[in-house]
Amino acid sequence: MTKQYNTPEEAKQDQQFCEALVELMYQLADDDLMMSHRGSEWLGLCPHIEEDVAFSSITQDTMGHAAMYYQMLEELGMGKADDLAHLRQPQEYKSAILVERVNGEGDYMENPDYDWGYAIARNYTYETFKKIRLDVLEASPYAPLADAAKKIKREQFYHLYHWGVWLNQLSDSTDVAQTRLNAAFAKTWEDVDSLFDLGPKADALVQAGLVPSGDELRTTFLNTMKEKLAGYNLAWPGEPTPVGESGRDGLHSEAFVDALAQLSEVYKLAPQANW
Amino acid sequence: MQETFNSLEQKVWDKLQQVTDPEITSVSLVEMGMIDGVQVDGEIATVRLIPTFVGCPALTMMESDITKAVSELEEIAEVNVIFTKNPIWTSDRITAEGREKLKEVGIAPPPLEAKQEGVWEIECPYCGSPRTVLDNIFGPTACRSIFYCSTCKNPFEAIKPV
Repeated sequence: MTKQYNTPEEAKQDQQFCEALVELMYQLADDDLMMSHRGSEWLGLCPHIEEDVAFSSITQDTMGHAAMYYQMLEELGMGKADDLAHLRQPQEYKSAILVERVNGEGDYMENPDYDWGYAIARNYTYETFKKIRLDVLEASPYAPLADAAKKIKREQFYHLYHWGVWLNQLSDSTDVAQTRLNAAFAKTWEDVDSLFDLGPKADALVQAGLVPSGDELRTTFLNTMKEKLAGYNLAWPGEPTPVGESGRDGLHSEAFVDALAQLSEVYKLAPQANW
Repeated sequence: MQETFNSLEQKVWDKLQQVTDPEITSVSLVEMGMIDGVQVDGEIATVRLIPTFVGCPALTMMESDITKAVSELEEIAEVNVIFTKNPIWTSDRITAEGREKLKEVGIAPPPLEAKQEGVWEIECPYCGSPRTVLDNIFGPTACRSIFYCSTCKNPFEAIKPV
């Protein structure tokens, strides 16, 4: 029977547990933050207006999830939630490499030659992983995190469902759609291993009873995806290979640094503004 | 004695009944099932509010609307609004009155005992027809979806079951 921690105060009493918890919370928050930012860069560029509405809602929800996690970090004594989201150095962010990749060639303002197939594949992949992680967190030894996971899952259900609808419709349409989706999953797969990376404190996270091992998460994820992709008649992208740098260890690409600078621009200009 | 003890809390509840959801102004926060509880300690009123969606941008507005409304009570000097994580808001918390009021403004209430299994069935709030089609799970706000009624040809919104 794992020990239960019902409040931030109780968690803070146990230094070892608290350190592991904080590490995990940063991974959760930073993943959602960056994924949400990449989603926001699709605003006005989606294939049709209903999709613009849908993707904006998903992005708003996901940013809400990130904000909730940062709020919980604040309760654990890590500083102000808004500062945690905006003012840390790039190497202090623990997000996976998968969530930081650009949406495609070009940039939002000038010539966004973005890849909608990649948006579908990456988001479906991320949401599938997020669901598996939330399933675990629902039984977290840290009660506030268990409560948050239950809440987030009710919303996240619709996100995963939404990307599934795209896969369902496109995989059954034209050869072009199928080829592009297969290529998009292959591209996503280059980074997919970064999701199961639990970072330099992996052992502490597992020992604290906060998450199963990265290998276990990986197996659950791959089994789920195998079944899903087969159901959509899409090609299996193969066994994922290790990703060079570890985002969980603060090693991020130039694209991440750029995204962060853009994301925090307003807050740095006007710290009094609410986000 | 009992009445005196409860009357102030009741007054706070009455005030809250006047505070509406900023995005659906026909329905009060009480009817939306967003108030978890009210506590009055001397001149301090504490209202526990359950957010509907985590990223709902209207939360700060609701907080200030509550503070403003409850502060109108002479007996109250200070109002605290606490956002709770437990219990979580589910769409079946919307009261019977709330469900009726939603329909009046053309928003279908979520199906009762809704299970999250994808597309759900919903009746048109205008004509009551069950012949409706889901257009977009995502609507003008995080908590709403867009439907179309095949009978009366009206597009309408529905509260998502969560």
